[in-house]
Amino acid sequence: MARTVWDSTVGKKTVMAVSGLVMLLYLVAHMIGNLKIYFGAEEFNHYAHWLRTVGEPFMHYEWTLWLIRVVLVIAVVAHAVSAYQLSRRDIKARPSKYVHSRPRSSYATRTMRWGGIILGLFIVWHLLDLTTGTVHSGGFETGKPYQNVVDTFSTWYGNVIYIVAMLALGLHIRHGFWSAAQTLGAGSRTRDRALKTTANVLALLLTIGFVAVPVGVMTGVVS
Amino acid sequence: MKLTLRVWRQKNADADGAMSTYEVDKISSDMSFLEMLDTLNEELILRGEDPVAFDHDCREGICGACSLVINGDAHGPERTTTCQLHMRSFKDGDTIDVEPWRAAAFPVVKDLVVDRSAFDRIIQAGGYITAPTGAAPEAHATPVPKPDADLAFEHAECIGCGACVAACPNGAAMLFTSAKVNHLNVLPQGAPERETRVLDMVEQMDAEGFGGCTLTGECATACPKGIPLVSITSMNREWLRATRKVAKK
Repeated sequence: MARTVWDSTVGKKTVMAVSGLVMLLYLVAHMIGNLKIYFGAEEFNHYAHWLRTVGEPFMHYEWTLWLIRVVLVIAVVAHAVSAYQLSRRDIKARPSKYVHSRPRSSYATRTMRWGGIILGLFIVWHLLDLTTGTVHSGGFETGKPYQNVVDTFSTWYGNVIYIVAMLALGLHIRHGFWSAAQTLGAGSRTRDRALKTTANVLALLLTIGFVAVPVGVMTGVVS
Repeated sequence: MKLTLRVWRQKNADADGAMSTYEVDKISSDMSFLEMLDTLNEELILRGEDPVAFDHDCREGICGACSLVINGDAHGPERTTTCQLHMRSFKDGDTIDVEPWRAAAFPVVKDLVVDRSAFDRIIQAGGYITAPTGAAPEAHATPVPKPDADLAFEHAECIGCGACVAACPNGAAMLFTSAKVNHLNVLPQGAPERETRVLDMVEQMDAEGFGGCTLTGECATACPKGIPLVSITSMNREWLRATRKVAKK
């Protein structure tokens, strides 16, 4: 069965849809967590620490967090590899362009590939910036996420990279969520409007929710 | 009407093609697009030139033989087949670009003619039902609920012209394949092969070198028969169901 799924274009799209939805679910939780930054350093840092102790005493310190990380890495890799293979195939299936051509599909649809690449690069930067602190602008301190976030968004490039990536994320979700529903066979004539609205609402909420953090730092509400 | 045509000319499958410019005059707005091309070809033959090769058959919009990408749109600006497209959709003095369907799975044979036998092979893979041939069966032997019959008929309208593939930025044949799968899969007559049909047809579709679906919706917009985009969703559902069922066995 796994072979059938992976070898088929329809199956690979299923892999993309499922991995995309897993990441989307994570992003909703991540965004809600981020917004705690508006309630001060103590609450935000406490939340960050709690992420490491979730599930105790059943789970050891950081076990849950690592479990989530493993699932996310699998989802990102599955999503990217399927996207790469399907894109290669799609480009090969349409080798010659029309002489008379114009952009057809919506902006969100046309930017799925580049948007995805931007998001992939963003994830790498984001982890090096705020998880490992390798490329962090200030003095990165483990266990002090509030100050680390403020440091990042006190630089112009930190804000630019983050906001551009979040706009790309919004566009990606707008087409991606609705597409995932179609790929999984959940779409129908009667449900189409509801699915499109959900996709737009999710895209908008996540973009606004995430961008609220750098905006908070820039306006001085978070400092 | 006086028109300037820019037509894709290509001697054979291996030759390089290019757009050639032709002027046509005395075109009636009541002519179909194909009749306009006939007029051009008559002139070309009189001048001793090679006429433009293009596919056509019934000229009634029901056979699926005619193709042509006109000004970047499969079957031109109206939502119909090229044979049912009339010159009143254009203005005097217009320049019209005429190109063949573009897809790796539809190689150009000559000029505007492409080889669409990949569609035949997709049909051969599962676009049929197993039934004894001979005298017509008793009509009431297998009752079909009206909504199912309507749905099957909606999909059965597909004439296999390939406009969906031509319009798709990925050269995908998902709309065609889904129309054929759904047409039979919603009917009791199609039930015995419900799983193998969708699995085999999708497998053949992939083997022919068609691209994958990115749900741009271009296919459904170009389809002269109005096969809806949700047809692809239904096929995906059928495919996932069949994959699960086959895995259980």
